[in-house]
Amino acid sequence: MDLTPTEEEREFRARLREWLAKVLPELPAKPSPDDWPGRRAYDAGWQRRLYDAGYAGLHWPVDAGGQGAGPTRHLIFLEETERAGAPYVGANFVGLLHAGPTIAAEGTAAQRARWLPPVLRGDEVWCQGFSEPGAGSDLAALRTRAVRDGDEYVVTGSKIWTSHAEVADWCELLVRTTPVGPDTPKHRGITWLAMPMDAPGVTVRPLRTLAGSTEFAEMFLDEVRVPVGNRVGAEDDGWRVTMVTLSFERGTAFVGEVVACRRTLGDLARTAKANGRWDDPVVRRALGRLHGEFGALWRLTQWNVGESERSGGVPGIGGSVFKLAYSHARQELYDVAAQVLGAGSLVLDEEWVLDRLSSLSYTIAAGTSQIQRNIVAERILGLPKGR
Amino acid sequence: MDFQPTEEQRDLRAGVRNLLAGRYGREALRASVESGVCVDRDLWRELGEAGFFALRLPEAEGGVGLGLPEAVLVFEEAGRALVPGPLVATHLAAGAVPGAAAGTAVVTASDLDGSLVAHWGEADAVLGLPGFASTPAEPVRSADPLTPLHRVASAPMPGDHRDEGALLTAALQAGSALRTLELAVRYAGEREQFGRPIGSFQAVKHLCAEMLVRAELARTAVYAAAVTGDPAETAAAKLLADEAAVRNARDCLQVHGGMGFTWEADVHLHLKRAWVRAEQWRTAAEAEELLAADLLEGAVQRVQRRPE
Ligand SMILES: Cc1cc2nc3c(=O)[nH]c(=O)nc-3n(C[C@H](O)[C@H](O)[C@H](O)COP(=O)(O)OP(=O)(O)OC[C@H]3O[C@@H](n4cnc5c(N)ncnc54)[C@H](O)[C@@H]3O)c2cc1C
Repeated sequence: MDLTPTEEEREFRARLREWLAKVLPELPAKPSPDDWPGRRAYDAGWQRRLYDAGYAGLHWPVDAGGQGAGPTRHLIFLEETERAGAPYVGANFVGLLHAGPTIAAEGTAAQRARWLPPVLRGDEVWCQGFSEPGAGSDLAALRTRAVRDGDEYVVTGSKIWTSHAEVADWCELLVRTTPVGPDTPKHRGITWLAMPMDAPGVTVRPLRTLAGSTEFAEMFLDEVRVPVGNRVGAEDDGWRVTMVTLSFERGTAFVGEVVACRRTLGDLARTAKANGRWDDPVVRRALGRLHGEFGALWRLTQWNVGESERSGGVPGIGGSVFKLAYSHARQELYDVAAQVLGAGSLVLDEEWVLDRLSSLSYTIAAGTSQIQRNIVAERILGLPKGR
Repeated sequence: MDFQPTEEQRDLRAGVRNLLAGRYGREALRASVESGVCVDRDLWRELGEAGFFALRLPEAEGGVGLGLPEAVLVFEEAGRALVPGPLVATHLAAGAVPGAAAGTAVVTASDLDGSLVAHWGEADAVLGLPGFASTPAEPVRSADPLTPLHRVASAPMPGDHRDEGALLTAALQAGSALRTLELAVRYAGEREQFGRPIGSFQAVKHLCAEMLVRAELARTAVYAAAVTGDPAETAAAKLLADEAAVRNARDCLQVHGGMGFTWEADVHLHLKRAWVRAEQWRTAAEAEELLAADLLEGAVQRVQRRPE
């Protein structure tokens, strides 16, 4: 057990810090939260700077356009960018954090060459078309159909809760290629496709969230033609590929946000000190406890990353353990923030208030806490499957 | 940087687990409950011979020359086996109190807030309290049958050792939390109701899953604090490990149903010991205050460093 950085890691950190100090003041002003095209352009611009400076895809394999640097370097990158107040992945979330890694792990050489460099450069944005109105937690119950016609699939159905669909170029799409029948259980017969969002037959209708924003959408697919070459993995073997995607989504996609939470917590402590709430031991101690919890969550991240590196790079189900603890702690954080702000927590222009509203999704999105507990109980603890 | 335990560290932990499984298994545990003898002097010596107390003493002084990371792995195992006695205080006394390193002396500490001291009657020495034999002390009945308590007129907490004491106690707590998780999972797989193992019911399953989350987070915090030696990280480790040990024992009791409420089941022993340890060296309130101060200090420094 060793947490001391190597000489190389220390140098990397110093170089990155210097670079951030130079480029961050040059960034344009942040667009307003509901200006999606503006947000996309802003996030793409930041990604492009990272790419040009050699900081994009640090832990991605070299043949996937990455730097092949190992996950520790990536963790340092997350710490330093957050510390410096750099932009977060934003609209590039799906491409960088789970569609991209899935293609890197499961795609052919041609697929990696086609899709991964534009993700790293910030040129192309991805979204995730997994959930459907009748298939959320029970994801394998999905019904969107794909029928083979020559070298194309013809896709018909609908998707829901699709984040960033309004501005995405590509969608990691799950479709049913073989109907459920006596010989085909629902987990078979699913296929993982990369669907171009500008294909004829794709309609996106924004959904308004409880925070008032339109960060996700409904998607209607009417005879959308997707080339067979866009299939990642074999036909009907998409559930296995999906498990790879979900392991990235649950295992590593939230890592950067832990650092963000630690920063928010520091800001809260200063606010509490300034407005007098710090003198209330209940508030002060709640902040202290969260400081301890987020510190431990960061250590758990370092632990999990070390473990997945030893076993070949795809995060294990330890990600579900992390997600359960993290999503709970993050919601707690904003509840404590409300205690610090008092009635001020009702004023919607406070950034914390919007974040508090957004945090209500953490125990739902990317698999609800109930589903994560099922996974932990059955796959880690080996308890019998329920019905 | 590689946070995973090394091969040697894994071997050390496995070795201690084997030793304790053979020497202090369930029957030995129940025998000490029946006899009321909490510190088994033979076991204490055997632990001493295995290097349990001298682990961090330099080799030149007859120790093993290892560090806190190895110590927490070993203490985690003692917590799992629920070994009674002032393990932490004797370990801290190695090199300072004669016989502590070898396990021929039993050393306790006044690590509880207030006037209560654990294992006073069985101890040969009290850490940082030279004239303890002449100090008037009154035995009181203890909630934990394996942690006898005395009320003492005045016994100041040994200040020097607070962080290390808290960390090693946290390691015991993490071990106990992992053990009650195992007990709960095993019972949930065996006990049948409504024609099915109770572990197939989500209400039970989810209790177990939460136990794992708590235990893993606590264990990671303990390991990290052992590696960095940072006082705030140590406070976090104690806070999270206390909570994991206490809440896991309670959930384990719940999973055991009526059986859990009996003297027969071991889970109450874990719960009561977890309560004792939660009061030792650093309480939740103290840990939270320490963490709050650390948070504010870091936040203010960050702003001062920023040029804006
Ligand atoms: C902000 C946000 C962004 C999202 N982004 C995307 C996206 O980009 N792409 C995408 O594909 N999806 C996305 N989702 C969808 C998300 O993955 C689903 O909402 C989630 O998996 C839950 O599915 P559901 O909403 O259908 O709820 P349901 O499955 O209907 O669940 C409702 C309730 O029942 C419980 N429940 C269901 N089944 C069980 C069970 N077996 N055991 C115990 N309890 C159970 C759930 O825990 C929950 O409390 C997003 C969701 C949110 C909130």
